[in-house]
Amino acid sequence: MNSASKIGRMERFLRDRRGNGSKLLVAYITGGYEGWEAAVETAAAAGADAIEIGIPFSDPVMDGPVIQKASQMALEAGASPASVLAAVPNLDTGVPHAVMTYYNLAHHAGHERFAATLVNSGIDAAILPDLPLVESAPWREAAAAAGIETIMLAAPTTPEDRLADLCEASKGFVYAVGLLGVTGERANLAATATEIAGRCKQVTDKPVLTGVGIGSPEQAVEACSVADGVIIGSAVVRRLLDGEGAEGVGELIASYRNALDAG
Amino acid sequence: MVMTDPTDEGRFGEFGGRFVPETLVPACEELEEAFRDAWNDPAFVEEFHQILTDFGGRPSALTECYRLSEQLDVRVLLKREDLNHTGSHKINNVIGQALLARRMGKSRLVAETGAGQHGVATATAAALLDMECKVYMGEVDMERQELNVFRMQLLGAEVESVSSGSRTLKDAVNEALRDWVATVENTHYCLGSVMGPHPYPWMVRTFHHVIGDEAREQCLALMQRFPDVVVACVGGGSNAAGIFSGFADTDVRLVGVEPAGGAAVGRGVPGVVHGMLSYLMQDEVGQVQEAESISAGLDYPGVGPEHAYLASVGRAEYPSVTDDEVVNAFQRLARIEGIIPALESAHALAWVIREAASLRGQTVLLNLSGRGDKDVDQMMSILGPGNKR
Ligand SMILES: Cc1ncc(COP(=O)(O)O)c(C=O)c1O
Repeated sequence: MNSASKIGRMERFLRDRRGNGSKLLVAYITGGYEGWEAAVETAAAAGADAIEIGIPFSDPVMDGPVIQKASQMALEAGASPASVLAAVPNLDTGVPHAVMTYYNLAHHAGHERFAATLVNSGIDAAILPDLPLVESAPWREAAAAAGIETIMLAAPTTPEDRLADLCEASKGFVYAVGLLGVTGERANLAATATEIAGRCKQVTDKPVLTGVGIGSPEQAVEACSVADGVIIGSAVVRRLLDGEGAEGVGELIASYRNALDAG
Repeated sequence: MVMTDPTDEGRFGEFGGRFVPETLVPACEELEEAFRDAWNDPAFVEEFHQILTDFGGRPSALTECYRLSEQLDVRVLLKREDLNHTGSHKINNVIGQALLARRMGKSRLVAETGAGQHGVATATAAALLDMECKVYMGEVDMERQELNVFRMQLLGAEVESVSSGSRTLKDAVNEALRDWVATVENTHYCLGSVMGPHPYPWMVRTFHHVIGDEAREQCLALMQRFPDVVVACVGGGSNAAGIFSGFADTDVRLVGVEPAGGAAVGRGVPGVVHGMLSYLMQDEVGQVQEAESISAGLDYPGVGPEHAYLASVGRAEYPSVTDDEVVNAFQRLARIEGIIPALESAHALAWVIREAASLRGQTVLLNLSGRGDKDVDQMMSILGPGNKR
């Protein structure tokens, strides 16, 4: 079976919504953090087109203080890949799920085993920010064979020739990293955000979503002047850290949804 | 042959590679190209060695330990990296990388540090070459190496405390990587050991090759032959890689000594963190574990990928020693040879002392990677004033 060339559920879903003229909104939530399941469900109900579930890792090098803190607290509360994934089949969202975690968890479990566990948990796609294109082939092949779409990250520093290969290799969508730096809200949208999204759009017709550094609905709208959508992470997790719970997350996602729908 | 160049993908056997966020891949490629170019440029190599000589104090001495040798019935020779400027082997690598950074047009250095030796060395190179410098250091380490924090500040560096995770070297590396992801356009990450993404493990070993080259010549001059054993402590593994590389093409026994609480090679489980595939202390699902060692410089759950390779093919061995054995070795060298070693270096000696019976009659070359001034405070709190132990 040549599953590698098939379009997966995440990509099909996002392409359809884009086709309907909608800008795409993905919410990131740290798995295992207190109340995360309810937050996932309200985020979906409030208009997220897909959910990124973080599996906490001990050494999250692509994450800024907010997601680091949530990850560490989740780990201290006993979160593990198994405990987070076990909860996913019970989540009532109606949208595709990606996991976002770090490569060692996949490496340690073994590619096939990890990919199979994701599939069995109702996960459609995986994002591994410390697995760059040059090192990614063995994982991508195992993931594709199991039916997991691997979402690759394109950085502002990625050179032209690699960008084309990277967009080609990416499944689900292309994750355009909006700035030079780690996750976290910023006061202004970096110039690199629309720049990298634009460069991706020139070489692929897959959905291109910009993430890292988006901190307000206005910035999301600005990013979507070029990108097909945005990923909102730290802003969501900060609501949880601030004790606003699923309700706060729902309100936040609704504000992004409304802004994007209003254009 | 071992300890030659890695593959184009930066692999030593299966180990190594470049597991960093996509943002940093071009920076690693640029660094690799710049390093290849510089190392082929005689003017660069000459300036490197000139600074190591005039500023760093190289070559470092080879010291015969007469009393210790007699007591152990093992001939012990020390390669005196403790006599280098700033007090450890770290200066070799740092001078190399700072010169390279300048050549690449980068004006700022970031570094991680555990014991503070690499941070002090980096701050020193930055002062020498007029560069900006920021050093990340775990909160726990800042406490136990307070003196080195102040030394870095005197040298003009900014020391940033790291309060995430285990608050030691591992987390300082994470924070330095995060800084680099955001500042890669004007900043060079001056990594302190033979670890991280390609080309670091290879480049850092190359800058430390001078230790092995000198020691080889000094041994030949002294004994007209090689030692039987070369031993060094292993945190990330840079001082060991430096001295091993002078003897890799011989049949000299190579021994890297890990702390019992940070025995990445000893446990032998492969994993990926900090840009490399190597042996890594981790739990049953792959979360990286916290190392626990008396010495801040060895308090690291991973090890450089080339050491993982040398271990996997059986060219080098990696036993571990306990904190107690280290404390005893530290005191013994001070008392009978008049040398206060770094706690890191005392690991290598602790192994020689423990294995003395099996090493009887042999000649052991020990890389004394640093001096112990930085550890005196910590030892005083362990032993108590008066040193009764
Ligand atoms: C004196 C000394 N030796 C050894 C080390 C460990 O580093 P490596 O294993 O890279 O030689 C350190 C690190 O701080 C050190 O200060």
